[in-house]
Amino acid sequence: MTPQIISTYLAGLSLIIGSGFVVVGVIGLLKFNDPMTRLHAPTKVGTVGIGMLLAASIVHSYGIGEPSTHELLIMAFLFVTAPISANFIAKVNIHRRACETPPAPPEDDTWSTLNVPEGNIEADKAT
Amino acid sequence: MTRAFNWLIPHPLLTLILTLVWMLLQNELSAGMVVFGVILGVIIPWGTSIWWPDTPKGFRLGKMISYSFVVIWDIIVANIQVAWIVLTVPTSKLKPAWIVVPLELREPEAITMLAGTITLTPGTVSADLSDQGHSLLVHVLHTDDPDGVLDDIKTRYEARLLEIFS
Repeated sequence: MTPQIISTYLAGLSLIIGSGFVVVGVIGLLKFNDPMTRLHAPTKVGTVGIGMLLAASIVHSYGIGEPSTHELLIMAFLFVTAPISANFIAKVNIHRRACETPPAPPEDDTWSTLNVPEGNIEADKAT
Repeated sequence: MTRAFNWLIPHPLLTLILTLVWMLLQNELSAGMVVFGVILGVIIPWGTSIWWPDTPKGFRLGKMISYSFVVIWDIIVANIQVAWIVLTVPTSKLKPAWIVVPLELREPEAITMLAGTITLTPGTVSADLSDQGHSLLVHVLHTDDPDGVLDDIKTRYEARLLEIFS
């Protein structure tokens, strides 16, 4: 077993695991029927799925003797941006009343997405 | 001396991270690239320092690193759990729930980190913040015990973040 063969097998294994997770994410997106539950599968499964695909790329680059690590940057940026896009989709769902109305917060008046100034409510419903 | 240092490098951690990002972008290690990375790491925080009005008062790097390892481990576990739920639980048996997390954290940076962590970990997505910033709205994919999930968030993540930003 030379390092090249080992790295090829490792890269192949990572590719299989990664694409498996991505497929599960897609199934989750298609299977559930509520906008909020549909949000769960792609946000989480996507991170490990793509993480494993990038890991395969790193392992392969070391295997062929051209070390490359900037895949780590893609992973880091993905981890930073994935929660933000999820948060925005959730906010849109709440704003459009596409999901169950959340319970009121204990201390403050309301959730910031539902905090629409009085005059704007009619215009908000019209859109 | 300290004042000159603070003026030149207002955010030492940001300088370090920018240098590291530059080196990763270059994808090769050479002395020239390290020097150029350090120059960028000094110039960018210095030039943008007027847009960074409040820095969090305390920040413990050691605790932050151990927190990252906890979170990375939880992300892996969370992914397997969610994949299992997606494949085995039928849509009609799914028990989604809203959870309201009362926040003890006050710094915006800390709350952002908590919200991001919650989204990346077991079956939860942070959805909204209350208008005064005292509670966080979290959506859970599938749970029989919402209070248990709330306890988990409070003890596992918020307690650690309180230590980091203190």
